[in-house]
Parts: sequence; structure tokens; C-alpha cells
Amino acid sequence: MSAWPNPAEWAIIALSLKVSLVAVALTLPPAYALAWLLARRSFPGRILLDAAVHLPLVVPPVVTGWLLLILFGRTGPIGAWLDRTFGLVLVFRWTGAALAAAVMALPLMVRAMRLSIEAVDRRLVGAARTLGATPWRAFLTITLPLSLPGILAGTMLGFARSLGEFGATITFASNIPGETRTLPLAIYSGLQLPGGEAAVTRLAIISVLLSVAALLASEMLVRRSHGRRAHVL
Amino acid sequence: MSFDIAVRYQAGERERECAIASTAKLVAVTGPSGAGKTTLLHCIAGLRRPLDGHIRIGDETLFDSASATDLAPERRRAGYVFQDLRLFPHMTVAANLAYGERRESHWMRHAEALEFLGIAHLAERYPATLSGGEAKRVAIGRALLAAPRFLLLDEPLTSLDAARGEEILRLIERIRDELGLPILLVSHSPTEVERLAEDVVVME
Repeated sequence: MSAWPNPAEWAIIALSLKVSLVAVALTLPPAYALAWLLARRSFPGRILLDAAVHLPLVVPPVVTGWLLLILFGRTGPIGAWLDRTFGLVLVFRWTGAALAAAVMALPLMVRAMRLSIEAVDRRLVGAARTLGATPWRAFLTITLPLSLPGILAGTMLGFARSLGEFGATITFASNIPGETRTLPLAIYSGLQLPGGEAAVTRLAIISVLLSVAALLASEMLVRRSHGRRAHVL
Repeated sequence: MSFDIAVRYQAGERERECAIASTAKLVAVTGPSGAGKTTLLHCIAGLRRPLDGHIRIGDETLFDSASATDLAPERRRAGYVFQDLRLFPHMTVAANLAYGERRESHWMRHAEALEFLGIAHLAERYPATLSGGEAKRVAIGRALLAAPRFLLLDEPLTSLDAARGEEILRLIERIRDELGLPILLVSHSPTEVERLAEDVVVME
């Protein structure tokens, strides 16, 4: 058995990376905004928002996929609107796989970022304001840089979660080779085929390597910006 | 009138009242711990909203519940030296000093302030590596370089040994005499208050 992936497997890896990177990039800004809201503001409905963000973490992924199908399917309220307005179809497309991965990654990203925003000393923000900083400048110069380890940790967790996403993806985007068949789906498909073990082993090893690489990369980034004792996890 | 303050505010569980009317350049606010002295400074700096009353310093009205005036902290121009200093841990001393710096601060340029405070050699250091006295002088420098209209000093001598304390005392005297900024000093030390203040307000 060759340890080196064949071209079809490279395509699967590339698709997985594309789906995960797009998912994390799209989730990053709203996840940070939600984390900030939950960490710093009290407003009516805060508990509901908190629960909604955490829903994908506690609901079976298949149910999340089914809910996405209802909302973002071609006849769903959001799906139909996206199709009409932008000609954007998500079901059975790689963009749908990215959406499923994004939704599943959201709670992990929000949790990591929220913890690090809560750890930022609010008194420093007050000090910045007395020194003439507007709330927005105080956020950009104090809260944002000091919560950077949480941003990196959340991004890493979200990326790893996206890379491993299975249930919501197969339910919402299906298992279409070259379009929505990401690493976990390809591993699952390989296991159904007689003689697929070699491919399964290669893809499984690659999955592990990618996750470890993501972890090491974010760990290095945090150390570079926050000193040797800082950690992502 | 340098200070014209009459406010009611919430400090912890209790409501407090405080009135200061003085033409002195340095007014000391003193009283036992838990009297709400720090909270009063927060009200003056705009970090907490008083229940009602007014805060006027110099010829500027910072807060007045009667006319619904409530300037944002960044518009009050308080030079606040916090008891816990609040230096920004992720910035060098130079970046901390530059954070609120205003070019218009004609009465003291950057280099003069560093000289005045004896902190020029600390520029590249991070706050975590400073001694208590150094950190305090940096905090004072950061407040002065923002060209404040008045200074709020919260227990500026705590956690300093006698020699460092004397250094900071002399510094405050120089600021009072040479810069002519109205200064509100919170302190529980009678010697400190006696030496520095022209006017004393005691909070219960």
C-alpha cells in the first residue's frame, strides 16, 4: 500500500481545506461580535441568544443539518431568498458544506473568544477612556489585542471542528464526490467499499496531521504575540 | 472656583453624598476605607454616573443632572492616576505614555515630562517589569501627557517604601506648584494630606 495520497484523495483534502477555511473565515467576525455581546453587555434575551449560539453543540448534528435544510433549502425561507436575490444555492454544494461547518464551529469559537474577552480587565478600558479614547478606539487598542489568544484559540478550534464536521454536512449538503465529500465523508464512504481500507488509513492520517498542524500553528502565533507562557488551550 | 462638586452617588450598597467647593489648587479627600472616595473619582472622571448633582472643575461643567449634562470620559480630560495604576500590559512604557498624548500640551512636552518624572530610560520596558515606584511615575506621566484639565490622584503613595514615597510626594508638589493644574487627591494618610493639601474634605 502506498502511503502517498492519489490525485483523487488530494482533491478531497483540498476541498476539505477550502470548506473549513471559508467556514472559519465567515464565522470569525460574527463569532467575535457574539462573544463580545455575551461577555460585556446585559440586554433582554441575552440568555436566549446564549442558548441559540450553543444549540449546535448540544443538538445532534443530524438535527442541525435538518434545520439547515428547512431554513436554507431551495424552498426554505432563507434559501429561497438567497436563490432569488443572489442566485446562491447552498444545498448539495460545497458552499452548503461550508455553512454546515460554520454553524457547527460557531459555539466553540464563541466560547473561546468570550472567555478571553471576559479575562480582559475592564478597568483598562476605563483608563483608556479617561486618556481620551472613544469606546471604539478603546476596543481596538485594548480589548481586541488583549483577547487575541482567545481569537486564535477559537479559530483553531473552529477550524478543527469544521475539518471533522460530518453529521450536519451529510444531512444538509449530502455526500457528493468533488462537491461536498470532505475528509470525514470520504473516510465514511471508504469504509463502505470493499478494499477501501488503504484509502481510509491515508485520509485518517491526513486528518490527524491537519488538526495537529492547526494546533501547533496557533500555539506558535500566540507565543509570538503574548510571550512564552501564553497558551491557546 | 477650581472645584465645585455636589453629587449623590451609589457606592457599593450605599448611597453617598459629597460636596466640594474650593478655590485651592490641591484638594484632599480623606476618610476611612469604604467611604466611597474612589467611586467619587470615578464619577468625576465619567466612569460612573452619579444619581444626581453637578460636577464643575475650572470653568467646565462635566456633569449636571439639572441640565442633563454628562460628558463622556474621553471628553472630560481628566488626568486620572488610578490606585491600581492600570498601565496597559501589552504596550511598552513608551506606548503607554503615547496612548493619550496630545501635541497641544504646550505646558509640557514629551521629553520634558520624561525628564521631570525620571522615566526616560524605561521607554522600551513592559509594565510587568517595572518596580512599584517606576510604574507609578509612568502612570503619572501617562496622565500628564494627555494634557489633562485637572488631575485625580488616588492614594498615590500606597505600596511604596519611604524613599520612593518621598520622591512621589516631591513630584506632586512640583506638579501643584509648577504646572498649576487643579488636583484632587484621595488619601487616608494624615501626613500626606497635611503636607500637600490646601483644602481638605473628610468623607464619613
